[in-house]
Amino acid sequence: MLFALIGIPLLLGAAALAVPSNRWRPCLLPLAGGAHLALLATGLCRPEILAGNKWLSLDPLGKPVLLLVSILFFFCAIYSVGYLRQRGERGNRIFCACLLGFLGMMNLVALAQHLGLMWIAVEATALVSAPLIYFNRTPRSLEATWKYLLIGSVGIALALLGTFFLAYAFIQEGTETSLLFHDLLRLAPVSSKPWLHAAFALLLVGYGTKMGLAPMHTWKPDAYGEAPGMVGALLAGGLTNCAFLALLRIYHICVVAGEGAHVSKLLVTMGLLSMAVAGVFMVGQRDFKRMLAYSSVEHMGILILGIGVGGSAVFASLLHMFNNGLTKGVLFLSAGNIHRAYGSKNLDQVHGAMRRLPLSAGLFLAGFFAITGSPPFGPFISEFSILNAAFGAGSFWTGGLFLLFLLVIFIGMGATVLAVVQGSAPGAIRHTPYRDSLLTCAPPLVLLALVLLLGLHIPAPLRNLLADAVSFLETTQ
Amino acid sequence: MEFILDPLLVVVLVLNLFVLGNSRLRAVVHLAALQGALLGVISLLVRQHVELEAVLAAAAVIMLKGIVIPRMLLRALREAEIKREVEPLIGLLPSMILGALATGLAIIFADQLPLVDGHATVLLVPASLATVLAGFILLVTRFKAISQVIGYLILENGIFIFGMLLVDAMPLIVELGVLLDLFVGIFVICIIVNHINRAFSSLDTRRLTELKE
Repeated sequence: MLFALIGIPLLLGAAALAVPSNRWRPCLLPLAGGAHLALLATGLCRPEILAGNKWLSLDPLGKPVLLLVSILFFFCAIYSVGYLRQRGERGNRIFCACLLGFLGMMNLVALAQHLGLMWIAVEATALVSAPLIYFNRTPRSLEATWKYLLIGSVGIALALLGTFFLAYAFIQEGTETSLLFHDLLRLAPVSSKPWLHAAFALLLVGYGTKMGLAPMHTWKPDAYGEAPGMVGALLAGGLTNCAFLALLRIYHICVVAGEGAHVSKLLVTMGLLSMAVAGVFMVGQRDFKRMLAYSSVEHMGILILGIGVGGSAVFASLLHMFNNGLTKGVLFLSAGNIHRAYGSKNLDQVHGAMRRLPLSAGLFLAGFFAITGSPPFGPFISEFSILNAAFGAGSFWTGGLFLLFLLVIFIGMGATVLAVVQGSAPGAIRHTPYRDSLLTCAPPLVLLALVLLLGLHIPAPLRNLLADAVSFLETTQ
Repeated sequence: MEFILDPLLVVVLVLNLFVLGNSRLRAVVHLAALQGALLGVISLLVRQHVELEAVLAAAAVIMLKGIVIPRMLLRALREAEIKREVEPLIGLLPSMILGALATGLAIIFADQLPLVDGHATVLLVPASLATVLAGFILLVTRFKAISQVIGYLILENGIFIFGMLLVDAMPLIVELGVLLDLFVGIFVICIIVNHINRAFSSLDTRRLTELKE
């Protein structure tokens, strides 16, 4: 049944290519998302259903990532039905097929247990998501797609070189080599350290490009800014976390090889740099979708910072992956609604959203408070735990800078968000056809409720899932 | 087979420099195709025992890197109706010199790395690193979209050379998957290049400047 996780989206994707009706085709999206989520949920309760083989299996690290991707995709799929109905003038055959292929490939990343297979899957996610960014067919979206493809391809090519270096570190000993993670972890202590160092640097740059860590983040504001809202949500909450998973697997191998200290230092540095760069570009940002992209750069930085700090921050970092992914869903979907209503995403035209679209603007504002770590939302808990762990480990500089960047970003992002929601809406905007509807508002509303829930109480199954992943990362033999 | 391997890798290195120094886009595509086909041959020579699947993999490499991908690029060029000269940021001679320097650096750097006994004598590692660097130089210093795609192709060729050290560790299916990804990647990029040409009436990526801070 494990193959069904990949098979369902791919089959329905093929079906989307065959369905002739532009109006009914998007209904395949929630169908695929719902079936996927149901199968995954059943499989998490009864693991024997999703038994894998040595190439593909659902391991403790893959589970939380896959669950997040599945939840996010399901709600984005419902939103897509409403969104594509409003964009009826534009054909959505390729778009729907690529969206479903995207889900299938993200599954492949999470399930892959082979170093090479994982690389193939990550590259494939990049390729199927390119047409999603080009949905609007404007010169600007073309430019964004070009940068996304070229920077992404070069980054992922470096990850391939890193993958080969990593493999080479293991054939030193003249033993039979396989590139299954299980074998790599077993043999890690006897691997060649210089090759391992070089491999980690290349893989950090390569998969870091896909995650959007600074300074390889330059494709991100363009791609997120020009793509439709739910594509931004899936990129920021799904694809980036798949790349994060890839980095986690490499990190795990390096830790088992006894290189934990060296690798952690790199992760902390990259994390802080990403937060700093995001802060600089967020202050005075006039485009609210590009602002969300920089927020994604910031939170990817927080994720690897948490892993680098270590200790209890590893659990917090994995929890933050959930919090950030779901909150990004709220923000991108509601920002997409505001963009539709105003026909612009620049602060020169967009203000007074609270009057024009009370529900979407309210969700956007609440999402802003959540993502910047205000209680009682989920990100507050995870960010606070990371800070706590940093100070607890005696890294006062790391903790202090972390706090400073969070503050700068709160102020910078706040100025832009408040400018969007406050004030009075320009007269012409009141008569644009977009109205908040059930399909475009319920998904971000439910996602916000989940983020709030995570802030008040982490459900026991999720806590166990994350604890399993942490203890898997900490086994070092 | 080693007596023939090193000379072939030297040819690959020389092709890097030709690609960097040539001013005609069509010629650059042909040179990259030649390099790709050569890599297919080399991938057969590095194996201890040549089996049927190895021959198939090599044939796939020659087909894709030597024929299919270059044809796609040439078609994109024909449809674009543009000036066929490369427009470099830095002159052709300086970029060739840069490429030669990169080759030297790669040889010195590869010397520092601890290699498995059998690999120390062959030029595979320096050739790989030098080709990767040549690809980078192309990517950074050229303005035409097609030139940047060729840079990416050369970069991939360099990585492919390194992959030959791992023939025993990499299952065939993974190798083919990597090739397929490369092919689909270039295919999608070529489609986008065509759209760029239609939207901007040019393949000059300097026109793609609307999105910036």
